[in-house]
Amino acid sequence: MGLALLSLAGLFISIYLYLFKIGKIGTLACGTGACELVQLSPQSRFLGVEVALIGVLGYATLLGLALLALQPRFAGRSWPAQLLAVLSGVAVLFSAYLTALELFVIHAICRYCVASAVLIVVIFLLAIRELRPRREAPGLA
Amino acid sequence: MAAAATGLNRFYITLGVVALVAVGALVYLVRRPKGVSIPANVAVLVADTAGFRGYVLGSDSAAVEVSEYADYQCPACQYFETIQFPAVRDQLIATGKVRWRYRDFPLEMHPNARVAAHAAACGEEQGKYWELHAKIYEGQAQWSPSRNASGMFSEMAGALGMDRNRFDTCMSSAKYAGRIQASLEEGTRLGVGSTPTFLIGGRLYPGVLASDSLRAMVEQAIPPRTP
Repeated sequence: MGLALLSLAGLFISIYLYLFKIGKIGTLACGTGACELVQLSPQSRFLGVEVALIGVLGYATLLGLALLALQPRFAGRSWPAQLLAVLSGVAVLFSAYLTALELFVIHAICRYCVASAVLIVVIFLLAIRELRPRREAPGLA
Repeated sequence: MAAAATGLNRFYITLGVVALVAVGALVYLVRRPKGVSIPANVAVLVADTAGFRGYVLGSDSAAVEVSEYADYQCPACQYFETIQFPAVRDQLIATGKVRWRYRDFPLEMHPNARVAAHAAACGEEQGKYWELHAKIYEGQAQWSPSRNASGMFSEMAGALGMDRNRFDTCMSSAKYAGRIQASLEEGTRLGVGSTPTFLIGGRLYPGVLASDSLRAMVEQAIPPRTP
């Protein structure tokens, strides 16, 4: 359940940043102006695609998988958790790359990007925890 | 089993409520009046300054060039623009003695200064730089505290007969952020530390200059004619 809630939070952060990128939101509630600097930098696109849009698609996928894993019919199956762990692991690496760009190339930190990075690390840790075999309650075996 | 299903249903309801609140917040953000923010400290690209060294008024053959480093949100700059500059324009620029070069020097303490400078740059795109420049200074008291200064600049652009859609698109793109930053960096390199500051004959004069003082300085800077 935590995975789904955190993925939903990440999804809305990404949608907010993407709406800014496509000009639907005039300014970002940032305070320092660093968010706009990051979002308007050339590094805000990855292989020609808006990073915010990658975030929207990524978090939507994680949310879908997290909801799927909650369904009773998938209760005994391990693949949703495995897929969640792999995808969130890739997302952690991507977030690390983006954070490095902020620190060493753009020289500005966007607080929404930091929030997203923290979220994805927690999602990854929760997904890893889900991989561990669960002990069944005594008497149910 | 039934307890697990009830727990799951409660979770779905919670998730749905959270999602509804977030969607509501996003709809509000999309529908509210849009302010434009122009990023500071952008990397200046070659294209930002190619062929551009400020907004120029006056003859290319004028004997003296005066560069003004100013901030649209600075009250002293507004005083100079509205009280002193009309006489400077009539007596020095229109008569061919002075070529005026306006350089943006947005101070960090003024959150709308870059937006104003960018609005003026977007005005230049439609051939109305100096008209919008004057209007922005005239309306300083109104837009300065506003959270939607760009909307007010858009209205000014419309009042001047500019294409507002084109103007708004220009503002949203923040395409002149690098040009503004380049101007600020140039001023800083020269030693400008406050606004307005004037560069006349290679010397910096910080603070508001009365049109009479400026005229005297220009007269001094004009090279004597050889018989």
